[in-house]
Amino acid sequence: MSAELISPLPIARTCPYAPPAEHRRLREEAPIARVKLPNGRTAWAVTKHEHIRTVLSDPRFSSNRRDPGFPSLSREPPPASDLKPLLLELDPPEHGQVRRGVLGEFTVQRTQALGPRIQQIVDEHIDAMLAGPRPVDLVQAFSLPVPSLVICELLGVPYADHEFFQKRSATLVNQQNTAEEIGRAVGELMMYLGKLVAAKAQDPTDDLLGRQIRKQRESGAVDYEDLVSMAFLLLIAGHETTANMISLSTLVLLQQPEKLAALQADPTKTLGAVEELLRYFTIAEHALGRVAREDVELGGVLIRAGEGVLLLANTGNRDPEVFGNADELDLERGARNHLAFGFGPHQCLGQNLARLELQIVIDTLFRRIPGLRPAVPVETLSFKDDATVYGIREFPVTW
Amino acid sequence: MRIIIDENKCCGAGQCVLIAPRVFDQRDDGIVILLDEAPPKELHAAVREAACVCPGAAIALEERP
Ligand code: HEM
Ligand code: SF4
Repeated sequence: MSAELISPLPIARTCPYAPPAEHRRLREEAPIARVKLPNGRTAWAVTKHEHIRTVLSDPRFSSNRRDPGFPSLSREPPPASDLKPLLLELDPPEHGQVRRGVLGEFTVQRTQALGPRIQQIVDEHIDAMLAGPRPVDLVQAFSLPVPSLVICELLGVPYADHEFFQKRSATLVNQQNTAEEIGRAVGELMMYLGKLVAAKAQDPTDDLLGRQIRKQRESGAVDYEDLVSMAFLLLIAGHETTANMISLSTLVLLQQPEKLAALQADPTKTLGAVEELLRYFTIAEHALGRVAREDVELGGVLIRAGEGVLLLANTGNRDPEVFGNADELDLERGARNHLAFGFGPHQCLGQNLARLELQIVIDTLFRRIPGLRPAVPVETLSFKDDATVYGIREFPVTW
Repeated sequence: MRIIIDENKCCGAGQCVLIAPRVFDQRDDGIVILLDEAPPKELHAAVREAACVCPGAAIALEERP
């Protein structure tokens, strides 16, 4: 069980629809294995479904991304930050307290209330695509702006500020930008969110920020700094992730027209299809990390305190012990026990919103643009193999 | 089948509500509510699935023959 993966992560994919073959080999031969990271350190890669669930629900593993042992795909150490830790980085018991503060904003019911607005946002972007030139980059014209505007809606960003918000959030996720450009966009967004929170304190409107302010007032003092970092986390956690899933789902459905046709014939199948697309792509393959707080034995391997663990969830979601024909996209599979949103107490807070966005996109995009197709050979598309979150960089489409 | 939920473990992602809406609901603050602690047989499969996917292991089942 002490096998090592010689080549450092990230490893380039040979197929855009499957994690690298090396990850699969690990799952088959050494499901808990040492791997090299780009910064020269090593971490444990965990590739079996069962082990990934175990680690993600075990409080002996920490989410503290500022711990030097936390596995990262970046060459540089994380920039020193005086920002208070985000929800995503907290461990129990603080994590549960903070999460419970916002949980009510993400219930199934509350999320569904956003449906009509999401539909409107999707329709407006399709109108603009249909009225504009062809070919167009689906990523810029559709996949990125839709989830960014949904987050505007969730937070209660006024309409007049949508463009400002969206430009900055697009800068944040563009890997082509320099660290300086990204840093400036982060600064501008934080400043903007600070002003937004201050405005909501004057006039607590009926949206996430307004309701949080009213609720916190009832139980004592409002922590404005916390609200700003929560708003920022929702943007970084909910924007590029959803955008990547929109682009990847569109591509695979265009490439497998018989599956798309079956979906279009029966819209009650869309939600199940979304679940399978989430499993199939599991874009967080490189995004789920933990660091051991104490020595832990897992599947016969001793993980020492301070060592990093990477949960390769896309590989775990292809585990044949859990999913039959795991490498196949089966839109009628009906399996929900996948790890696309993680597992345990940190499991994606925005998952119901993400499901709803994807459902509306899939139900609308192909219906309104029936001739939609890739405008370039699919082999020439560039995928985010080396990124923390997997996706497509640019996806020219026409119709 | 009898269902026992542990509110303290619930992390409120609402998976159980999506899978078995006749058995589980969420309070305004996101925490699970048990609507039926002994659901009829035709819901058992959905309840088992909800217990399996619950990220907080907050749903325990007592299966009686
Ligand atoms: C398809 C799109 C999405 C995917 C694949 C995804 C995936 C994930 C994953 C894997 C985690 C767990 C991280 C960990 O355990 O370390 C997570 C956490 C989180 N996600 Fe998502 N996410 C998506 C969309 C969203 C959206 C739309 C929002 C909100 C607007 C959101 C907000 C969050 C937050 C706040 C957390 C941290 C929860 C916590 O630490 O308790 N996500 N997401
Ligand atoms: S699935 Fe589990 S964690 Fe999620 S709401 Fe239901 S009981 Fe709570």
